[in-house]
Amino acid sequence: MKVTLTGCSAQHPAALAAAAPALKRLDLSLTQGEQVAIIGPSGAGKTTLLQVMACALKPMQGKLLLNQRDPWALRTPALQRFRGQLFLAPQVPPLPPRQRVITAVLAGLLPGMGLWASLSNLLYPRQIELAEAALARFDLADKLFDRVDRLSGGERQRVGLARLVVAKAQLLLVDEPLSALDPERARQACESLTAVAREQQATLVATLHHVEMALAHFGRIVGLRDGEVVFDLPATQVTSARLTDLYARHLDELTGKAPGVDLTLAHTPAVTMACL
Amino acid sequence: MHVNTAPRRDPAWTGRVFALLATLVVVWPMLVLTEFKPWTLFSPESLPPTLHFLGDFFPPKLEPDFLRLVLFETWRTVAMATAGMTLALFLAIPMALLASRTLSISALTGRMALAPAVFRQGVRWLLMLLRSVPELIWALIFVRVVGLGPTSGVLAIALTYAGMLGKVYAEILESGDALPTQALLRNGAGRLQAFFYGQLPQSSSELTSYTVYRWECAIRSSAVLGFVGAGGLGQQMDASMKMFNGSEVATMLLMFMGLVWLADQVSRLLREALA
Repeated sequence: MKVTLTGCSAQHPAALAAAAPALKRLDLSLTQGEQVAIIGPSGAGKTTLLQVMACALKPMQGKLLLNQRDPWALRTPALQRFRGQLFLAPQVPPLPPRQRVITAVLAGLLPGMGLWASLSNLLYPRQIELAEAALARFDLADKLFDRVDRLSGGERQRVGLARLVVAKAQLLLVDEPLSALDPERARQACESLTAVAREQQATLVATLHHVEMALAHFGRIVGLRDGEVVFDLPATQVTSARLTDLYARHLDELTGKAPGVDLTLAHTPAVTMACL
Repeated sequence: MHVNTAPRRDPAWTGRVFALLATLVVVWPMLVLTEFKPWTLFSPESLPPTLHFLGDFFPPKLEPDFLRLVLFETWRTVAMATAGMTLALFLAIPMALLASRTLSISALTGRMALAPAVFRQGVRWLLMLLRSVPELIWALIFVRVVGLGPTSGVLAIALTYAGMLGKVYAEILESGDALPTQALLRNGAGRLQAFFYGQLPQSSSELTSYTVYRWECAIRSSAVLGFVGAGGLGQQMDASMKMFNGSEVATMLLMFMGLVWLADQVSRLLREALA
């Protein structure tokens, strides 16, 4: 899916009206099948940007075009149908307790399913193989019939990503997919995500705290700070100077060493939950 | 020289005395208004008849014919409560879904749009109207419409309980974690799909336990409805009370305790199964 943002300003509805908007007149355009990582310090507006692209947040100013169409010009039912082509995976996996992993994964199919099909799917899941294959990409196939509240945080996060795989959306928006994963799992998850997007010819946008992961797996890197694009470059052109500049006031957040950057970090925060 | 500056009196004491006096000032007029005179219980003209009536409770009447009658009426009471509850559920579940704010699509992107907000508030008012009329009044109305018998009891329970169940269901659904439901709606799922895949798994245990508790309440209120001629155990109890037949009343009260105990067990089993 093609994405074009022109002069988009946005703010979370609960934010104070006087507060500075989380996105400030932002321009960004993505072609179909492109894979982009968004990096930047906490509070840069990364999550807000994803929510605007997911039609979860209406821009206050400016225009969002998805496949050259303005989704906000659609009436509510049409917009809701259109949302079926977008998939936003929030940072905290939205899984209700007591639900089984298979149900949580197959919930990704709901937009394309009728009500009766989705009810009979609760009674007896019909696409067990599909869910299993999706979980296998994240090394979690053995948890297929477990309950989500009995999984660890990292396992829950990967269940959320498996849902993204079955959803077969055209625009995949992933918020901090690696925040609860160890380095090896994070690498595997990153590879699976990019592979899935390639296979499904979907556009992939991920916000990442692990700069190293972003540079290793994504072709295009967008540096975001205070709601503005600081740089938008191919990964090969992202230099250490640019990264130090991007994280200037937040050097402790630049986890993992970027190529050539020598930063003495007091400690590496494993999970940075404080994100807009 | 050490000077003890700590106060000798508990500083909270004045506040407590004041709160106690204030409570008395508030409660006393209410006691006067309700003619609360517990000593009349022990006056010589009321105590012997009361004790005599209570003395009649023992032994409970256990003749086979009477037991058969009580069992049949008990079954009728349970049936009345269950039928009333079922009808109430048919009304309450759709209204709870309509009233639940977490299933709003327009609220996903900020404030709920005006029309859905007004509609949801309307459903809430309808629920309030249904439950603000006591089931006894509904029963008296329906006794006029459909005549004496269990039907009016069933309809009375259905209407009042639909109001109560709908309100509490909507509140249980809203008190759960909204994120799973929102995520499904944001990814394009329908409202009912989001309910079944996002809200129901986390709230099912609470919903069940509340429903069984209400079923127990419905059994009790269907007994009360019997007093206004809606059939069942209550009507029998009314007759026995008017005849001052303590042993019959005792048998029926024991039956009631059994029913309440049974409802408790059912609720426990269901909650364990859904935990």
